[in-house]
Amino acid sequence: MGVIGDAWTWLTTGANWSGDGGAAHRLGEHLYVSGVALAVACAIALPLALYLGHIGKGGALAVNLSNVGRAVPVFAVLALFMVTPLRNSGYWPTIIALVLFAVPPLLTNAYVGMREVDRAVVEAARGMGMSGGQLFVRVELPLAYPMIMTGLRSAAVQVVATASIAAMVGLGGLGRIITAGFNTYDTAQVFAGAVLVAGLALVVEGVLAGLDRLLSPLRRRRPA
Amino acid sequence: MAEQSCLVTNDWICGEYLRSRSQELIDATVQHIGITVVSVLIGLAVALPLALLARRGPRFAGPVLGLTTVLYTVPSLAMFSLLLPLFGLSAALVVTGLVLYSLTILVRNILAGLEAVPQEAREAARGMGYGPARLLWEVELPLALPAVMAGLRIATVSTVALTTVGSLVGKGGLGNLIEDALPSFFKAQVLTAAVLCVLLAVTADLLLLGLQRLLTPWTRISGAVVPPSGPVKAEASASGPVKAKASASVPAKTEVG
Repeated sequence: MGVIGDAWTWLTTGANWSGDGGAAHRLGEHLYVSGVALAVACAIALPLALYLGHIGKGGALAVNLSNVGRAVPVFAVLALFMVTPLRNSGYWPTIIALVLFAVPPLLTNAYVGMREVDRAVVEAARGMGMSGGQLFVRVELPLAYPMIMTGLRSAAVQVVATASIAAMVGLGGLGRIITAGFNTYDTAQVFAGAVLVAGLALVVEGVLAGLDRLLSPLRRRRPA
Repeated sequence: MAEQSCLVTNDWICGEYLRSRSQELIDATVQHIGITVVSVLIGLAVALPLALLARRGPRFAGPVLGLTTVLYTVPSLAMFSLLLPLFGLSAALVVTGLVLYSLTILVRNILAGLEAVPQEAREAARGMGYGPARLLWEVELPLALPAVMAGLRIATVSTVALTTVGSLVGKGGLGNLIEDALPSFFKAQVLTAAVLCVLLAVTADLLLLGLQRLLTPWTRISGAVVPPSGPVKAEASASGPVKAKASASVPAKTEVG
């Protein structure tokens, strides 16, 4: 119980939050790289997955990418970046690694969501004279929405987790509080940093779950 | 001179490194495999009772699936750090963290597999006088095996990759080599350890696939006859979407708070 008390003291000490290595700055770094990486990953993965899902091709790629993404250790990829000249380019090594690990869940889930739209519904929409574009916007996209959001949430959780591992190779982010604590044998600081990282991940997941429900295209139709 | 050069010039691929540090590489690989195998086995042993509990009804399924989902959301670095006061700098810390991660996938896949057992198969077994335990071991679990094995493959591959983060406490198998190589930018060591990690994951996946084929010979025969449970579905469930699919069937699980 002593550690938890000490960690609480660490978290409530203002000095630990200010300055360049302070928790506030680290949190800002973490949110910045995570946000940029997630936006880039969405911009790459979603159009590709939705298009492939719409025309019904490239399934093997979409599914296998996820398997490959799972087999490659985040730590190893970040370490590989750090032994190349890329290490001198600020936040880029972290952002590139985050994008690499966010694309597979986004791509796979969005693709599977598109393919799992009931074929009978698609046939009916075509029979009603919908064009390819109308079919995509008014039928496929709303029905694939839950899976797309599932992918977005997995990707966001993955990104926040990966951004913390960036600290293990000397890059910024909230993980630095943990690694700094390990270097100085300060268990209280390690625990406090872990609480911050875990809390951030849970908040991100919670916010996205709420957003998911708020934006759901099927939600408004239900009363009718 | 020429023999030494690739270590001196810090090449990505270095035969001299592989020769001179082979023992170090073998030790790290053995530690990596050991941590992974122990974690997955304990994970399986814990996940089965949890899945059986969750099966008893929504009252149990909600908390079990909710808790394992929250555990999965916690980043690995934080998970290992939160366990530090309990375990200190030990392999037990890494194993515990990895077990907690594997639970999400294993519980969900075991549950999905058990729920997909045809009701007629259960009825037939009961009619033949099977008790609950025998029904589980001889009818339900064998029929759930493809889903269980799919979960086991995902959990194992993830565990192999996550073990590297254990280098935080010095028990990360090949991750230790990566960590040690960073301060001196030792390219050959980082690349070799990274490649070995991926090879380990792929090997483990193929071994488990082989085991699954050995254990479920009937799926290969019926797969051709009954298209819905054929290879396409199995391929899809061996990848990411299984988590999402299972989650869709159990509405309570996505809640975080």
